Amino acid sequence: MPKRTDIKKILIIGSGPIIIGQACEFDYSGTQACKVLREEGYEIVLINSNPATIMTDPETASRTYIEPLSLEYLEKVIEKERPDACLPTMGGQTGLNLTVQAYEKGIFEKYGVELIGAKYEAIKKAEDRGQFKKAMERIGLDLPRSGFAYSVEEALDQAGRLGYPVIVRASYTLGGSGSGICYNREELEKTARAGIDASIAGEVLIEESILGWKEFELEVMRDIRDNFVVICSIENFDPMGVHTGDSITVAPAQTLTDKEYQRMRDAARKVISEIGVETGGSNIQFAIHPKTGRMVVIEMNPRVSRSSALASKATGFPIAKFAAKLAVGYTLDEIPNDITKTTPASFEPAIDYCVVKIPRFAFEKFEGVDNALTTQMKSVGEAMSIGRTFKEALQKGLRSLEIKRFGLGADGRDKIFERPLKTRNDYLQFLEAAPRDEKLREKIGRTISVPKEDRLFYIKYAYLAGMTTEEIYSITSIDPWFLEQIRQIMDLERELLAAHGNSSKQSELIRKAKRYGFSDRQLAFYWDKTEKDIRDFRNKQNVRPVFKLVDTCASEFKAYTPYFYSTYEDEDEDIPSEKQKIMILGGGPNRIGQGIEFDYCCVHAAFALKELGYETLMVNSNPETVSTDYDTSDKLFFEPLTLEDVLNIYEREKPKGVIVQLGGQTPLNLAKGLEANGVKILGTSAQAIDIAEDRDKFKKLLEKIQLRQPANGIAGTLEEACGAAKKIGYPVVIRPSYVLGGRAMEIAYDEEFLRKYMKQAVEASDEHPVLIDKYLEDAIEVDVDLIGDGKDFVVGAVMEHIEEAGIHSGDSASVIPPFSLKKEWVDEIIAKTKQIARELKIIGLMNVQYAIQNHVIYCLEVNPRASRTVPFVSKTIGVPLAKLAAKIMGGKSLADLGFTEEIHPGHVAVKESVFPFIKFPGVDIILSPEMKSTGEVMGIDRDFPSAFYKSQDAASARIPHEGKVFVSVKNADKAKVIPIAKKFHAMGYQIVATEGTAKALQAEGIPAQKVLKLAEGRPNIADLIRNREIHLIINTPNGKGPVLDEAKIRSLAVSFNIPCITTLNAARAAATALESVRGRGLTVKALQDYFPPPKSLGKKPEVFSPGAPLSS
Amino acid sequence: MKAWLALEDGLVFEGEGFGAEGEVYGEVVFNTSLSGYQEILTDPSYKGQIVTMTYPHIGNYGINSKDEESAHPWVEGFIIRELSPVASNPRSEETLDQYLSRYGKVGIQGIDTRRLVKHLRDHGAKKGILSTLDGDPKSLVRKAAESPSLVGVDLVKEVTCRKPYEFKENIAEGFEWGLPGGGKNYKVAALDCGIKQTILRKLNQHGFQVTVFPASAPAEEITKFKPDGVFLSNGPGDPAAVTYVIKTARSLVGKFPIFGICLGHQMLGLALGGNTSKLKFGHRGGNHPVMDLRTKKIEITSQNHGFVVDLDSLSHHEVEPTHLNLNDKTLEGMAHKKYPVFSVQYHPENSPGPHDSDYLFQRFREVIERA
Repeated sequence: MPKRTDIKKILIIGSGPIIIGQACEFDYSGTQACKVLREEGYEIVLINSNPATIMTDPETASRTYIEPLSLEYLEKVIEKERPDACLPTMGGQTGLNLTVQAYEKGIFEKYGVELIGAKYEAIKKAEDRGQFKKAMERIGLDLPRSGFAYSVEEALDQAGRLGYPVIVRASYTLGGSGSGICYNREELEKTARAGIDASIAGEVLIEESILGWKEFELEVMRDIRDNFVVICSIENFDPMGVHTGDSITVAPAQTLTDKEYQRMRDAARKVISEIGVETGGSNIQFAIHPKTGRMVVIEMNPRVSRSSALASKATGFPIAKFAAKLAVGYTLDEIPNDITKTTPASFEPAIDYCVVKIPRFAFEKFEGVDNALTTQMKSVGEAMSIGRTFKEALQKGLRSLEIKRFGLGADGRDKIFERPLKTRNDYLQFLEAAPRDEKLREKIGRTISVPKEDRLFYIKYAYLAGMTTEEIYSITSIDPWFLEQIRQIMDLERELLAAHGNSSKQSELIRKAKRYGFSDRQLAFYWDKTEKDIRDFRNKQNVRPVFKLVDTCASEFKAYTPYFYSTYEDEDEDIPSEKQKIMILGGGPNRIGQGIEFDYCCVHAAFALKELGYETLMVNSNPETVSTDYDTSDKLFFEPLTLEDVLNIYEREKPKGVIVQLGGQTPLNLAKGLEANGVKILGTSAQAIDIAEDRDKFKKLLEKIQLRQPANGIAGTLEEACGAAKKIGYPVVIRPSYVLGGRAMEIAYDEEFLRKYMKQAVEASDEHPVLIDKYLEDAIEVDVDLIGDGKDFVVGAVMEHIEEAGIHSGDSASVIPPFSLKKEWVDEIIAKTKQIARELKIIGLMNVQYAIQNHVIYCLEVNPRASRTVPFVSKTIGVPLAKLAAKIMGGKSLADLGFTEEIHPGHVAVKESVFPFIKFPGVDIILSPEMKSTGEVMGIDRDFPSAFYKSQDAASARIPHEGKVFVSVKNADKAKVIPIAKKFHAMGYQIVATEGTAKALQAEGIPAQKVLKLAEGRPNIADLIRNREIHLIINTPNGKGPVLDEAKIRSLAVSFNIPCITTLNAARAAATALESVRGRGLTVKALQDYFPPPKSLGKKPEVFSPGAPLSS
Repeated sequence: MKAWLALEDGLVFEGEGFGAEGEVYGEVVFNTSLSGYQEILTDPSYKGQIVTMTYPHIGNYGINSKDEESAHPWVEGFIIRELSPVASNPRSEETLDQYLSRYGKVGIQGIDTRRLVKHLRDHGAKKGILSTLDGDPKSLVRKAAESPSLVGVDLVKEVTCRKPYEFKENIAEGFEWGLPGGGKNYKVAALDCGIKQTILRKLNQHGFQVTVFPASAPAEEITKFKPDGVFLSNGPGDPAAVTYVIKTARSLVGKFPIFGICLGHQMLGLALGGNTSKLKFGHRGGNHPVMDLRTKKIEITSQNHGFVVDLDSLSHHEVEPTHLNLNDKTLEGMAHKKYPVFSVQYHPENSPGPHDSDYLFQRFREVIERA
């Protein structure tokens, strides 16, 4: 069918900030949709609040609105742009929920906007558990037995009927929020209450437990002619009970006979037809009883998803891209297969390798969090790996995770119940003793019975301790096929251990070991050698990886798209070209501290270097990203970012150089090793990187340019630390060296805390000492991004943080231009930043953090790499910094690129951070030097109050325009909160406070209603929050930790979705914003209107056209 | 146990043997199905062929007697990347290794199957030898080159049944699919050129009472049986070599409604005056898109054929092309313009493969009802 010509303008709704359950995959899918629909000649209007995305680059869509994803703004965008249609399936659950709300409010009808891809009825049928259940019964599919509840009492009744354990699932949530397994009444009461609160329908489903069943997913597509294809089957390593986002998953399905698989395929076809997804992709989950084979449907998502991104990367079949084409009327047979070019997309990919996805967690950042994996998603990212076999893919996946592991253990980092196995000898001793240690075996058995992030390693230890596959299966319900693969790895491990010192045996085994996915590091461990010894030995034996293609068709047809993975086989399919090549190292899996912002930079580098005529080689292991879209670079290597794997590609391709400064800390950490192996690092030298990261060298640098640094010291032991802290004077900021995202960074107010901390810190980074800095209280923090070509340097932006220094910069709101700094300070900061850059001969990007205390500027740190704020700055000033940086690394100068002076925008942009607290009930939400946010949003408007207000709205912390404000501040803040409270009072808010604060306020003439503390009786503040009588909370912490009263209040606020402001600065900003915004509506403005494209038809100036021309 | 695979053009692989020991010849082909190795092993159409599975992990779910397409494996040899150490499925009765040993079939694992498949794709299906006995590459290549070709050889006679019988088995419970059967029980004579059990089970399900005849059964014998319809089955090898079935088919056209699948379709094409030719490397897998030219709908089909009816060789006065392969635009189905005769190149009974084409069995009923 030809594409539709009755629609011209299409609205795409993005997914907003990165949160648990919704990550870069929606930038990947949304970007694809924008690109392909524009190629088809449609005008695309985009609304998305996340600045760190490629989709919000002004060249991706025709009209880009970086505005909050709420009804109010959506309607304004629709009113202004009058699109003909809306494609709601690209923006994850957020996009879908917003669509449902807008439809029910009649917005689409009012403006004559047609929903394409999925209609309202289909979305409702898939998302509403009651309707879904009825639909499945209608087509004769089996479901777990279940019933609905709208109150805790009803939930208990249902559970009585079904029998415990039961699963609670809240309707209309993402990442399984408000869901959980309940083994008893008490747990059910808690979970049901949370679920009912989390659900916008106030509805939970109480379901028969199918824990331990095998879990599968099918990624399917359907077109307007009812043509149907399965793109990929996925089997979960972890059986039912663990959210699929937290499971290790494997593609394709491994343990189904064709009869069982086809039965599932038939069911999937029935599901998508019955739900009524007319065109596009869906994800359907099934469970199969391991003994009886009974198959039940779990759920379906009528949209592209994390799994569909994974399936696209796993097969080479771009689901989102084709879904967008199907939405405008094409049929599958009319779309050519991207990779084979000659065959159509109406087929089912055949793959001849195995794909493993492993989730990445961040529990260490959340004190007191329950780290057991359940039906509520808790992981913050994922790595995907490809191997010819599961064993190879599994071990590659583990070393892609960026958890300092180099495969399935035996890398010096094994730790069994606090007992480290650092050396081969430790390992041998354990191997010798463990099988006889009945207690240990029992303990391991208990450990693997609960799914946790390190369960895979404990399964290995179970084998080491002599447990059998049958035993492990009976405890874990993990399919024996998977377990037996692990056993095979363990069997070979024993042979490898035995080959110690026997080089002929080693030569015999090394190829097999590499085929099993063992890294050189592991082999070095078995054989008491260095990684380099193994590499040399291996190269001498000519045991080198080959690169095979991901081609959708198991090589049945010739492939034209160079998308590679490494493996140990005979034939290498990568034919290096004669062109000048540059390799770009990506950032690996998302985690807190390193996310989409770095992928954004890598993607820009690929586009920019292509423009300069280089062949670009992308290396990355994150399946969610745009960088791992095979359209982004000339060649894509889906590989772990370790020295070994990167060198393998380097040796094969021999690029001119490697870019390590755009992918975050991961590639930067490889710089030294790469350079030692003769790899040319493009941009800022490894030497300069070292100066910035070496304490002494850095100190000298600052002294040279006369820039102050907070008093500081360094300590290798506990006593040294106490001594240093005493000398500097408390409070001090303590952190391990070489970390990202403020991992294990704390403020110590006394020695007791410092001593407690030191035990954990050594754990956080045992190869490096602990750094101790004077903590600058009440200082203003400032972030600067700079670009340089080695000679000239331009500051992209000076950002003023709203939260004070001491709160991780990744967690602060930050503002361009600075809103309270004196001009001379800003000028000095710019001058000093350039001086640093000149000293380091920055080629590319650099980020510097400052603190200003009592009119003195201190330099906190220098990062000679792209920072998290690069996309935010780029979008605010209209200059694509990452792209320019890549061009500089490709040989251009700033003058060549026409970017020679600072830009002072006439508008204000605020970046606000978004936190995952809702997923970690009970965790204290206060901000600290340890980064906790998963994503960010941007508010952009003509002035600070409006931009700030939008940023809060976009971060789902909408400040209410009226109601009750609960104020509770620490003693030191009691005086400072007065003017803020006055503002709220003046605007008509009622102030509620506990005794101490209430008295302080009343003394200043602010009427404050007194409320009881938790321990003072009922009704207390918690009751008020539960009854939704409080609309805003201002609480600056006296202390932190989940046991405190105030922490319980903060955590309760999160559960009830009540905005909770934890710093006075933010409270002040909120009051200012409200004063300005209340009563006047905010307007929306497209990015293209902030930076109008040049009118002349001549050559486009480089500076004002961020993003590469996206049409190919 | 070491094993070697050699192709007539000199490509040699050394791997690990599994299944039985021995030395076997055959045409080396590949199948891209991700699952369904058991159905493939037992499909008589693979007689004379050594089959490579492109998916690396094979044997994962073992072997069960319910999923067999005939009483024993027919492939000459089996080539895979990696044999599963365990059969993990409640339906499994034995491991793949045990099964192949039991039937004396030689397997090889551990070789770069992707390299082999790319070679076959680029250079066409090749005669090959699979051996656990001879490790000398030169000798192996020579033996492969000297082995008989499939072209012009009648393999049907080796796989057909000896005498007529009535088939009464049904699709395994819980795995039925497609349209409900029922209605009047039509009598069908199925010519067994190597028929897959699922075809027979599907015919039963759709309300046919099936009697299976040896491929050599002449037209008179079929006519005497007075069937409501005739079915021409799948089978191995070169259709042009099976002259007696082509002759039978020619005499039956116009007398009975006829439905042909795969080899049956090719022989029907020859009977109707068309030509067949050998594809470079054939179609074997479960993911080929086929368009029904009447409805423009696409079916994802199960395929297993090395020969094809040439689209241009058919008289367009007599025969209408009904189905087209969207990958290479080869003929996938045809119907007689005058008589109730139709056939498809692919496998609507799948096994292994998707169930998209079940309507063809229903169509056979409708054709009979109208006749």
